[in-house]
Amino acid sequence: MRVLRFGYVTGPLIGALWLFILATTVSITLSFATGDAFRPALIISLIVGAASGVVAALAHDRKIRIAMIAAPVFMLTLIGLGPMVMESTATSESIAAVLLALVIGWSMVAIMEDVPMGPLTRHEMEEAWIRFLTGFGYIFFTAIVLIPFYVMVMTSLKSQSALLQNPLDFSLDLDKGWALFRSYHELFRDFNFGTYMWTSFYVSVLTVFITLAFSIPGAYAVARLRFRGQKAFSRSILLIYMVPMIVLALPIYIAFSVTGLRNTVLGIVMIYPVTTIPVALYMLQGYFRGLPPEVEEAGLMDGLNRLQVIWKITLPLALPALASVSLYVFMIAWNEFLLAFMLLDDPSKFTLTRGVAMLNSSEIPREHLMAGAVIATVPVMVLFLGLEKFMTKGLTAGSVKG
Amino acid sequence: MRVAIPPNGRGPLERREARLAWSLLLPTITIVSLVVVLPLLAIFWISFKPIGLADLRPPAPVLRESLRGSGDEMRIEYRLRNSSQDTEITEVTIRDVWPESLIVTGDLPAGCTLDGRAFACDLGTLEPGYNERLRVPVMLADGAEEDAAEEAAEGSTPIVRGEAESILTNAEFTVENFARVFDGDAFWTVMWVTIFYTVFGTVGALLFGLFAAMLLNKSFRGQGILRGLYLFPYVAPVIAVAFTWVNLFDPFSGSANALLLQMGVTSEAINFFGQRPLALIMVTVFEIWRYFPLSFLFILARMQSIDTDMYEAADMDGASPFQKFWYLSLPMLLGILSVLFLLRFIWTFNKFDDIFLLTGGNAGTRTLTVNVYEQAFAISNIGAGAAVAVVIFGCLLAFSFFFFRFISREEGL
Repeated sequence: MRVLRFGYVTGPLIGALWLFILATTVSITLSFATGDAFRPALIISLIVGAASGVVAALAHDRKIRIAMIAAPVFMLTLIGLGPMVMESTATSESIAAVLLALVIGWSMVAIMEDVPMGPLTRHEMEEAWIRFLTGFGYIFFTAIVLIPFYVMVMTSLKSQSALLQNPLDFSLDLDKGWALFRSYHELFRDFNFGTYMWTSFYVSVLTVFITLAFSIPGAYAVARLRFRGQKAFSRSILLIYMVPMIVLALPIYIAFSVTGLRNTVLGIVMIYPVTTIPVALYMLQGYFRGLPPEVEEAGLMDGLNRLQVIWKITLPLALPALASVSLYVFMIAWNEFLLAFMLLDDPSKFTLTRGVAMLNSSEIPREHLMAGAVIATVPVMVLFLGLEKFMTKGLTAGSVKG
Repeated sequence: MRVAIPPNGRGPLERREARLAWSLLLPTITIVSLVVVLPLLAIFWISFKPIGLADLRPPAPVLRESLRGSGDEMRIEYRLRNSSQDTEITEVTIRDVWPESLIVTGDLPAGCTLDGRAFACDLGTLEPGYNERLRVPVMLADGAEEDAAEEAAEGSTPIVRGEAESILTNAEFTVENFARVFDGDAFWTVMWVTIFYTVFGTVGALLFGLFAAMLLNKSFRGQGILRGLYLFPYVAPVIAVAFTWVNLFDPFSGSANALLLQMGVTSEAINFFGQRPLALIMVTVFEIWRYFPLSFLFILARMQSIDTDMYEAADMDGASPFQKFWYLSLPMLLGILSVLFLLRFIWTFNKFDDIFLLTGGNAGTRTLTVNVYEQAFAISNIGAGAAVAVVIFGCLLAFSFFFFRFISREEGL
C-alpha cells in the first residue's frame, strides 16, 4: 500500500483502469445505440490511460491539463490506434471519439484533483481512489439497471427477424410512425390485454382495501394495547411473513380445486390479501409505535373511546404511512405471479402477469412478450416514480427501524 | 395504619383493554389461520399421503344417456363408468325422468324401477374400472315423433350419485414421499444448489447495496433521480424482468452474446441459462441484481441517520476516509446489515418465481422451492411435493430460531 502513496504511482494506475472503464462504457453505449462494432482495446487503453493519469497529476492549469489529455485521445481514436476500435459510419465514429476524449479529459482531471506528482498524504491518496471508485460505481450501477430496461423497451418496438440478424441493432426506423407500436396494438386487439390490465387493476385495488381493513385494527392492537401474548403475536407476524408462498400454494391449489374456486377472480381476490396482510401489519405497527401516545391519551381523557381515538386521531396522523403501505401492497398484488400462474387457466380471467406468462411460447414472437412486459411494468413504475418519497419512507420506516 | 400495596392481578381497565385488543385482532387471526395455518397443517397431512395430481378429483360415477336405434330396436342406453381405475364407488343411484312419448317394452335392468315417468336405479357398488351399458327397450307412443322423443329423452339430465373414499381423507398413510425426497444424491444436489444460491445471493445483494448506498449518501443534483433509478429492478414485476434477462442472454438472438462476441471476449455464443454451472451463477446474479435495491434502501436510510458530529470529531483527529468508513460507519451499520442478512437469507431461501421463470429449474438450478413445484406438478406427485415443502418449513423454523435470538437483541422485538 505504501507504493500507492506517490502521485506517479497512483496517477497512472487510476488512469489506466479509468480509461479502460470509460472506453468499455462508450463502446457498449454506442454498440447499443447504433448496432455497429465498437470495442475497447485493452493494451492501448491501459497505456494511454496511464499517460493521461500522469498528465492529470501535473501542476498545470486545469483547462490545459484537460486539453493535454483530450487531444491525444481524440486523435489516436480517430486514426484507429486509440483506446477504442470502431467499424462504423464516419459520423458515429467521430461522435464516439469526441465523447471519449471529453469525458476522459474532464473526469481524469477531476479524479486527480489536488493530487501532486510526488509523495502523497494518506488523505490525498485515499480521496483519489474514492473518487475513482465513485465514478466507477455510478457507471456500473446505471449500466446494469438501464441496459435490461432499454433492451426490454427496444425489443418490443422491433421485429424478431431484424433482431436475429443483428441482436445489437436497436436503432428505430422513425419513419414508420405509429407502426412502431404494432406489437402493443396487437396485444390489446388480439390478446385481450385491455381486459387483463383491468383485472389486474381491480384485483390490486381490492387487495389494498381488504388488506387495510384487516391490518389497521390488528396493527393498532399489537402496537398500542397491552394484552397477554402481545409479544408472541408480533413475533408470529414476522414468522408468517417468512413462510414461503410455494409451501402455501400447494394446499391452496388443492383446496381451490376441490371447492371450485380455482379459475375464478374471486379466489384470487380472496387469496392475495392474505399474502399482503402480514407485510402491512408489520409496517403499520412500526409506524403506530412511533406516534406519540400522548395525543391519543388526550383524546381518551376528553371522552372518546378507543375506536373513536383510532378513527379520529390515529388514522389521520398515520395517513402518510397508510399511503405507503397501500402503494406497497398495490405493487405486490400487481406484480404477483406465482398464485396467478397456478390458480388461473382460463384466458378470460387472467391477470396481467399471467397474461404475460402466456406470451412466453415459441409461436409468439419475442416483441410481443417484451411489449407485454413493458405493459406490465409501466403502470407500476409510473406510480412508483410519482410517489417515490412515500414508498421509500414507508419501506424503511416500517419494516426495519433504523 | 394500612400499608399501601400495589394491586395484584389484572384490574378491570386492563381486562377491558385486553378484550378490545383481542376483538381487534380476531378478524386478522381468523383469516390468517384459515389461509396460512390450515394449509401448513394440510401440507403435513398430504406429505404422508400417496397422492398424485389426478387424485385431486374424488372418484365419481360418470353417466351418459342416449336414445339408440329406431322402430322395434329402439332403446334407451345409459353408459355408466367409474372414473377411477383403483377405487370402488358404493351406493350408486341413478334418477331420471322419461318423456311421455316413450313406452317401455321389455324388462328393466336389475335394480331399476319405473314409477310412472320417474326412472330409478340402485346399483350398489361399482368395481374399479367399471364400464357398462344399461339398456331399456322402448317404443314410441302413438303420434310421437322420433326426433322430438330423442331430444326429450336426452334433454332431461339423469342424476347420478355415489359414495367413494377420497384419498385425501382416508386413513392410508405412507412415508414413501419422504423416502423419495431424501433419495440419494438428488436431494444433496438440490440442497447444495439451494445453499449456494441463498448464501451468494444474500451476500452479493448486501455488498452491492452497501456500495450503492455509499455512492448516494451525499447530496448532489440528480441524487433523487439516481435513487429512483436504482430501485427499478426491485419495483418492476418479476415476470417482466426475468423474461427480459432470458431475452438479453439468449444464445442466438441475445444482445449480451452479440456484445461479448464483438468485443472478442468469447469466440462462440454462450448459453448463459442452459449450461452447468453457469446457469446457477446467472440465476444468483439475477437475484443480486433484483434485490440489491432493497438492501441499498435500508442501508442508505441508516447511513443518513448517523450523527455527523462523529465524523467531524474524526476529521479533527486526522482520520482518513477509509479509516472513517472502517472504524465509524461500518460499526454503525453492523446492526442493519445483520438484520438485512438474516431477512434476505430467509427470503432468498424461499424464492421461487425467479428461478422458475429464468430456467424452470433446469441446468442445475433446482432449489428446494423449485423442487416442490417440480415434484407436485411436473411429475404430478402432490405427496412428494408436500414432503419437500415440509422440509422447507423445517429449515425455516431453524432459521427463525436464529433470527429471533438475534433480532431480539438488535431490534428489541
